[in-house]
Amino acid sequence: MIAFIIRRLLQSVLVMLAVALVAFGLFRFIGDPINNMVGQEATMIEREQLREQLGLNDPIFIQYFRFVGNAARGEFGISYRMARPVADIIAERLPATLELAIISGTAALVFGIGLGVYTALRRDGWLSHFIMSSSLIGVSLPTFLIGILLIYLFSVYLQILPAFGRGEVVQLGWWSTGLLTSSGLKSLIMPAITLGLYQLTLIMRLVRAEMLEVLRTDYIKFARARGLSNRAIHFSHALKNTLLPVITIAGLQIGSIVAFAIITETVFQWPGVGLLFITAIQFVDIPIMSAYLVLISLIFVVINLVVDLLYFAVDPRLRVKRSGKGH
Amino acid sequence: MKMTRLAAAIALASSALLASTASAETFRWSSAGDGLTLDPHAQNEGPTHNMNHQIFDTLVYRDQEMRLTPRLATEWYVTDDPTVWEFKLRQGVKYHNGNPFNADDVVFSIMRAKHENADMKGLLTSVVEATKVDDYTVRLRTDGPNPLLPNNLTNLFMMDKEWAEEHNVTVPQNYSTGEETFAVRNANGTGPFRVVHREPDIRTELVRNDEYWGIGHYPMEISRIIYTPIASTATRAAALLSGEIDFLLDPPVQDLERLNNAPGLTVRSGPENRTIFLGMQQSWPELKTSDVKGANPFADVRVREAMNIAINRDAINRVVMRGQSVSAGMIAPPFVDGYDAALDEVPAVDVNRAKALLAEAGYPDGFSVTLHCTNDRYINDEAICQAVTGMLGQIGVRVRLDARTRSIHFAELPRGELDFYLLGWGVPPLDSHYVFHYLYETKTDVGGAWNATGYSNPHIDALIQGLTSETDLEKRSGMMSEIWNEVHEQVVYLPLHHQMLNWAMKDNIDFPVQSENTPYFKYLKYKK
Repeated sequence: MIAFIIRRLLQSVLVMLAVALVAFGLFRFIGDPINNMVGQEATMIEREQLREQLGLNDPIFIQYFRFVGNAARGEFGISYRMARPVADIIAERLPATLELAIISGTAALVFGIGLGVYTALRRDGWLSHFIMSSSLIGVSLPTFLIGILLIYLFSVYLQILPAFGRGEVVQLGWWSTGLLTSSGLKSLIMPAITLGLYQLTLIMRLVRAEMLEVLRTDYIKFARARGLSNRAIHFSHALKNTLLPVITIAGLQIGSIVAFAIITETVFQWPGVGLLFITAIQFVDIPIMSAYLVLISLIFVVINLVVDLLYFAVDPRLRVKRSGKGH
Repeated sequence: MKMTRLAAAIALASSALLASTASAETFRWSSAGDGLTLDPHAQNEGPTHNMNHQIFDTLVYRDQEMRLTPRLATEWYVTDDPTVWEFKLRQGVKYHNGNPFNADDVVFSIMRAKHENADMKGLLTSVVEATKVDDYTVRLRTDGPNPLLPNNLTNLFMMDKEWAEEHNVTVPQNYSTGEETFAVRNANGTGPFRVVHREPDIRTELVRNDEYWGIGHYPMEISRIIYTPIASTATRAAALLSGEIDFLLDPPVQDLERLNNAPGLTVRSGPENRTIFLGMQQSWPELKTSDVKGANPFADVRVREAMNIAINRDAINRVVMRGQSVSAGMIAPPFVDGYDAALDEVPAVDVNRAKALLAEAGYPDGFSVTLHCTNDRYINDEAICQAVTGMLGQIGVRVRLDARTRSIHFAELPRGELDFYLLGWGVPPLDSHYVFHYLYETKTDVGGAWNATGYSNPHIDALIQGLTSETDLEKRSGMMSEIWNEVHEQVVYLPLHHQMLNWAMKDNIDFPVQSENTPYFKYLKYKK
């Protein structure tokens, strides 16, 4: 088990190195930051000097190794756009993204499983039909469109929810939270729905399909024959066995919730790392972009690791197999 | 009884106090991008200047009517030595921390802005030396007579020398140090508002400086400014429609009508200091992207003229810009010194004559070329290029359009790597020399930085360089007129239009558009 985790962690370092390499290979297609950093009066000589100073004239792999070397020492450089250390900026912005991702991920999981079970058990109820058909919206509409529709409905027409920002935040040490103020909670509603809706419908449809599958199996029939209550059959036998694929999907989706937050954050001007990344791309703020990409790959790797460990917890068969192979 | 009388007295006194201080209005506004830094000399960029104009003062500035107006300098004139300007400073001005403003601060600020880390140095290249004469008189010596020096000082903010020394920010930040300097998020100016909260990209809060020297001169009705950048255009418009913000500096063009018709909102418009035009590489023996080999079609003035009269600027104005532009014939808006209404006349569209001109030049079947455009810099830039592509197609010039982000476009353009390109140009000093120097002078290490056309005319170069030191205004405007007429005749560029500015706001706000796109909130008034 320990060896497994260590091996995975080593693999994750390789993944991050590869991501950084690909990122540096792509940066030159995004453009040249110099023009964004100087006024139109700057002469060609001054531009060249700045380019030299930032090391932009060096070959890509030298820039890459310089980045990796600095990153290994915990230095991510200074943002070209904001003239502040990248690590500080990301640390300031990360709580906003994580809060949004956790809230919308949890909501997607809870409502997704709940509604999935309900629609599986009451297959022909009108409410189930209604839920199933409206879930198509979540699957088919792109995130930014849902966000804009919500803004026009709840901010412009009803004027009950704020259209942008995070509301008032409370500082708890280095973590800033919007969960403790009413304006912060109000601001969270629409971005969380926008970000989580796709995941919610996906999980719901998955749970429903798995549940229907499981309900047809023999052991459920035997359970009924044994005279167990519906409640025990549905929740402790059927639901438990539908959860394995749900965990896989949900784990992968949490990673993409953090990554897809870019769009939601842009629509709602949510001050997280996704919005930071978009602004950085427009400005060609290379230090911010590279640090962000490495951070996101770290998050993905960690989530995958956690999902793998959860398999052990949920599925006893895996534990037997692994120990049987004896490694 | 006694108590109530005391209470009444307190109430009376406090209401008197309230009446004596100005109104308490919180003002929320937004635009797409935040200022980059509060360090007033580090960056030479619009949004950064817009923020710093609220916090700092300059010696002189352009008022709402674009006139050069006294600010921290009350008078300025050329001394008997034509290379020396003298500035008389306003007395009794205090920085936000209480330090007095005097000549030492001016000398310090000018030299700080000339430091190699300062992007503002580009506007001060002619300044050799700044000296203090007495506490309220400063002299600037230039490397030759410079009649335009004050025009270059409208974004040059005055920083407090003592404060800068105290916080170790006597020079602007160098990117290679990897550390943030104190001046990036803190400021001590003499301006109408002071910073109480600054979270870059998220929220900036300013409060009125009740000690401001300009109280009484300016309305100063806002007591608190809250700025939140909103990157997404739809959200920006929604925030104004929902009443969460009071003012939008850059409303999306497609939403202007809607915002103007919305109850409680209004859109104010005015000309902007920016002209959009196309440039053509005319000096190479052969274009990179054309099917014509061994010759450069753009080198022939007949080809350039043919393209000039093939472009229907009024259609672009109507269809692409929805009326938010003024069709142009020259690259300078009307308030620029040297502007000539006759040259700004839009050439009449004549497709047949254009075809004839092309045939005469030896291209009866036209030619192909790639047009490089931005898609995120100017209003509807990509759509403008699409329209031009169609119009040039009518005369047989087969344009391939390559629209891309500004970070790529503006890296290639000044290096002179493009055949055919879109560019927009503003003229902050409001003098034609600025246009000539950057767009028409032969490209060298010092001049013609944005002249990617290859246009080079020694006679014009001599005139342009002569303009910098010519102090006889009549002679000077004669020289400008000669240059404008010559480059107009040569069709060096294809001017398209002057951009219009639109500010959207609640309709109880009285705040006309300023053509530099700099909102001076000290001027803002509420309708009673």
